[in-house]
Amino acid sequence: MVKYMFLLYADKPLPEPGTDEARQLFQAWNAATSEMAEAGVLIDCGPLQPQAVSTTVRVRDGEALITDGPAAEIKEVFGGFTLVDCADLDEALKWAARVPTASEGKVEVRPVIQVRAPAERPAG
Amino acid sequence: MFRAHWWAAVAAVTRQVGDLEVAEDAVQDACAAALAQWPAEGLPASPRGWLIGTARHKALDRLRRDRRRADKEAEAMREEAEAMREEAGAMGGAAGAMGGAAAARAASGWAAGTDDELALIFTCCHPALDPAARVALTLRSVCGLSTAEIAAGFCVPEATMAQRLVRAKRKIRQAGIAFRVPGPGDLPARLGAVLRVVYLVFTEGHLATGGGALIRGDLCDQAIRLARALAALLPGEPEVLGLLALLLLTDARREARLSPAGDPVLLAEQDRSRWDAALVAEGEALVERALRGNRPGPYQIQAAIAACHSGAATAADTDWREIALLYGELIACEPSPMAEANRAVAVAMSEGPAAGLVILDTVAGDARLARWPQLHIARAELLRRLGRRAEAVAAYRAAIALDPPAPERAYLARRMREW
Repeated sequence: MVKYMFLLYADKPLPEPGTDEARQLFQAWNAATSEMAEAGVLIDCGPLQPQAVSTTVRVRDGEALITDGPAAEIKEVFGGFTLVDCADLDEALKWAARVPTASEGKVEVRPVIQVRAPAERPAG
Repeated sequence: MFRAHWWAAVAAVTRQVGDLEVAEDAVQDACAAALAQWPAEGLPASPRGWLIGTARHKALDRLRRDRRRADKEAEAMREEAEAMREEAGAMGGAAGAMGGAAAARAASGWAAGTDDELALIFTCCHPALDPAARVALTLRSVCGLSTAEIAAGFCVPEATMAQRLVRAKRKIRQAGIAFRVPGPGDLPARLGAVLRVVYLVFTEGHLATGGGALIRGDLCDQAIRLARALAALLPGEPEVLGLLALLLLTDARREARLSPAGDPVLLAEQDRSRWDAALVAEGEALVERALRGNRPGPYQIQAAIAACHSGAATAADTDWREIALLYGELIACEPSPMAEANRAVAVAMSEGPAAGLVILDTVAGDARLARWPQLHIARAELLRRLGRRAEAVAAYRAAIALDPPAPERAYLARRMREW
């Protein structure tokens, strides 16, 4: 099994909470993630607060440099993520296509490199 | 001598060891070992089985060396045990695939023992790979061409091609692209991607003029070999037959496409007695067989158009009415301004220049055709036949301004002189 991260890039910012648009989006999102959970592939998922709320950290010469805003200025809005566990890329791509963002914006599918927790590594 | 076994060997070892790059290197090494061993010791009973067995051992050796962790070692042992159990099956399967065009024809769906070969080409043509990389990877992993040969065929530096191949193989491994034949739901789209790669290999070889002609001709041969193999593996897929027919009918004209001086010759001016009659007959029979399946598609229709040309004893005998109808069908299943322009020419040939010009002018403004000199040449010819001289001259000039390929350039120069 391979872990895949879906990076959800929307064409526009998430709708304001409480609006019809937000409710519809939430329902579509919920339907897709419920299906993934039932199929046993979903590990975690979540929408993100707008980029205006993000903070970027860089450590240089031992000093943490903290700046307001996103790490990279891009046209699309990186608005959420889904983490799944799938047999292969084809399966992951099928689930990615079910995420509502894929129909309006884009979903980037990236495999997660398997790293063991330090305790699992053999000594020496 | 190894190319006949390359596809099957890389496919079998990839399945056994689970990594295309490792499998391909191992088959390469096994071929080198065979080159040293066979002349001295004689040909093994099953050369293919020998290559697969030797390559598998080399691949597992390498994986074992690469693996430093103890649990991975255990996995290798398990894989080897499994591979041993499969060996008998693989050898039998390989023999079946060789003698087995008959077996392939007998099966209505997947031909037994050939799933590995299909899985390999579907993996190499996976839509998650860069389109140029799909073509290169197919030539390397399925056809067994060297990186240098592929680089020469596509006029790129060898280092660039090597990089492209390495990146594609790394993506297959790291992105988790599965080594398998797609399920029925995905098959039409995935098969389309495979056929597109085969078609691109052919056109790269066919359209090429100038340097490296030998290697370019080899690309046509490789594409036809791939199409033949796919037709044997998937005998029930009419588009596969259609593609093979299209390639054969086009390749039949290979000898006639060049003048004695080595210059390309336009279709209407080719010496039809130099067309390869055997290839034409095979291509025409395939088109008929494909169309009987009643599931027409772009390759079958293009093959049917090619068959209209090959069936005409002289250019003047061409059934342009039928060709115009076929272009109409092609546009219905795959709209493109280029097909529309071709339809306009066919209509002009069957119904007169005025009718053709009306259609041609509907697509003349399309941005995708702006850099296509053939459009302006076609317009110029129709305007000339209608006696609209000033407009015709303007269209000829527009074509020349686009720096057309050599055969069109020569034709234009002659047409301007004739006036």
